Amino acid sequence: MTMLAPRSAPPVEDMVEELTVTRRLVKFFSRGVVQFVLIVVALLWMMPTIGLLVTSFRQPELYGVSGWWQALVDPSQFTFSNYSSLLTDRNLIEAVISTSAIAIPSTLIPVVLAAMAGYALAVMPFKGRDALFLVVIGMLVVPLQMALLPAFAIFRGLGISGLPAIWLYHTAFGLPFAIFLMRNYYAGIPLSLIEAARIDGAGEWTIFRKVILPLGFPALASLAIFQFTWTWNDLLVALVFASDQEPMTLFLRNRLGEFTSGIGIISPGVFISAILPLVIFFAFQKYFEAGLLGGSVK
Amino acid sequence: MTSVEATKQRGARFGVALLFLGPAVLVLLALVVWPAIRTVYDSFYDSAGRNFVGFQNYVDMFRFERMRIAIRNSFIWVIVFPVLVTTTGLVLAVLSERVRWRTAFRLILFMPAAIAILSSGIIWRIMYETDPSRGAINALLNVPAAIINPPGNLQGTAPSTDDVILGDGGLSTTVEIGADGGVVRLGLLRIRAEDLPESTIQAADPVAAGAGTLSGVVWRDIRSGDNQRGVVEEGELGVPAVTVQVVDSAGTIVGSAGSGDDGAFSIDGLDPGTYSAVVPPAEFQGSWGGISWLGPTLITIAAIVAGIWIWGGFALLVIASGLAALPRELQEAARVDGATEFQVFRRITLPLLTPVLGVVFVALTINALKMFDLIVGIAPGSVQDEANVIALEMWRTAFTGLGNRGLGSAIAVFLFVLILPVMLLNIRRFKLDEDRR
Repeated sequence: MTMLAPRSAPPVEDMVEELTVTRRLVKFFSRGVVQFVLIVVALLWMMPTIGLLVTSFRQPELYGVSGWWQALVDPSQFTFSNYSSLLTDRNLIEAVISTSAIAIPSTLIPVVLAAMAGYALAVMPFKGRDALFLVVIGMLVVPLQMALLPAFAIFRGLGISGLPAIWLYHTAFGLPFAIFLMRNYYAGIPLSLIEAARIDGAGEWTIFRKVILPLGFPALASLAIFQFTWTWNDLLVALVFASDQEPMTLFLRNRLGEFTSGIGIISPGVFISAILPLVIFFAFQKYFEAGLLGGSVK
Repeated sequence: MTSVEATKQRGARFGVALLFLGPAVLVLLALVVWPAIRTVYDSFYDSAGRNFVGFQNYVDMFRFERMRIAIRNSFIWVIVFPVLVTTTGLVLAVLSERVRWRTAFRLILFMPAAIAILSSGIIWRIMYETDPSRGAINALLNVPAAIINPPGNLQGTAPSTDDVILGDGGLSTTVEIGADGGVVRLGLLRIRAEDLPESTIQAADPVAAGAGTLSGVVWRDIRSGDNQRGVVEEGELGVPAVTVQVVDSAGTIVGSAGSGDDGAFSIDGLDPGTYSAVVPPAEFQGSWGGISWLGPTLITIAAIVAGIWIWGGFALLVIASGLAALPRELQEAARVDGATEFQVFRRITLPLLTPVLGVVFVALTINALKMFDLIVGIAPGSVQDEANVIALEMWRTAFTGLGNRGLGSAIAVFLFVLILPVMLLNIRRFKLDEDRR
């Protein structure tokens, strides 16, 4: 009889114990797998940049013969000559100057205009305000191509060419996003601050300068970084409107025709043009992300 | 406050608003609104903008080969790119939530966003070099390729005499086994002495070794100074470790041997008669030549992969911030109820994330349509036509060569029409947001 009696079930605590042990084991291994996968992905993601960097420090004649990774095995392939000859190249120096001459005003002008317009759209009550803002939102996604030809004709008609044309075009196509960002930011600040300033007798312009601009700093910084990176890296607007300037992107593009033989100029050129955006990226990471995430509407 | 004063103040307010808005509105009107309208107008005129041509430009757009490829490629981009990048971003966002170094991981993936897209194209052009000894992508693929299909030791070599033939069946020549056996000499050219093993020595000239035995040599029929083809001379090296088979007239392998350090080999037990001495084709198997990523067939796929590299970090970051904002209670509750991690993800996390995924997807769709710099950077000049997309073709038509204003405008309008649904969606979305406030 006793033999037929059902075996008593193990205590509940033991079962729970067992379950958590297997769970922990599964968790441990799956975490190991996840770690491994992510390490592989991270390495793959870094490989192209490292490849470029190594290529730019490698004897250019070797590019047509063997892969850049050979230099990691044989350090004698490394050389500074690509950079030393490029950094004394007048064309490159002019390209860096041109890029700055394009990007700085193309950032400052729309940022200031958007701060003003965004403030007006957020705080000042006037008829048609919401409709105007919806139009701005509609403009967010209008492709650059849509206005190139007529704008080109307008600039020619007005005798505007080169740098001012590029500034104006970047301003025009940077503004919708810039206004969108600033208006949404200002819509979130308490009106009481402005009222307080107004009661103290400050004029609208003073309020803007003394209250609004400082308050908007985080948004302005994100916007400026976004717009600066955008215009620094732009190719299309430069291709159409540049007259005698050759910014970095054009400098590189114009040398792509002889890729293998030009690699000694192209690869360090890519790196030189990327240094400033990368420094900004790492130094102002929070603002950079905020700007780009906001840019997901664009 | 009297009504007159109120009106005055409202008027003043409006004036102030105008001052603040004026410059921006003026620029937008002059350089976005007006030119856009003008582009629509121009799209119905000829290349010089003089004669009205109706819808001719829109018809031509689908007729020209170069443009048809551009339109086809843009559609491939729109269909493939947003799905791939959003999926990549989602998977990596979920996975990276589980590791402690997630910030570093996301930073690494996001970094390409700082680099000019043209430059990213150039960077990938370096990665995509076809020769596996030069291009990193093919070098990585060459690792499994070399295991599945290892290159032979004799790749690239050629026989030194006319009676030895190299074909699909490998290297072969006819041998006669007589009363005192037979002799065969397999001379090779285009083989470098430094590619031979260190143990290699002077080749041994074979001599008939008696009935039923084939004596032979595989050797490097090259030496400095004058050189007689087909004759084993002083200074010529043996080629070791080459498998030689003897095949009878029925095609059956009747014997085989490997060559020694002096290149000599011998095969016993052969009846008198005519045979073939064969070196199997595997020895001559060339190494893998690599995939031609930047060739006309694969260029768009290659560019899309580079696109994943550029925008994957953006998708990852947006989705990760969406994930972080999700309420944890639901997921915890499901876990307590015994749901597996996958079920939690599938039934709870994913539905809650849908709006964020939608935003990312739409942003990527627009980017796919506006694709321009990447193509310029990644596609070699000879395949620019095959890599072409609408946004690039607009510039090419309007601003290169003679410059066709009507057609260029029509392409711009076409691009805009494709983006239009997103524009309406944005407006609607924002209207809803405002109404909810």
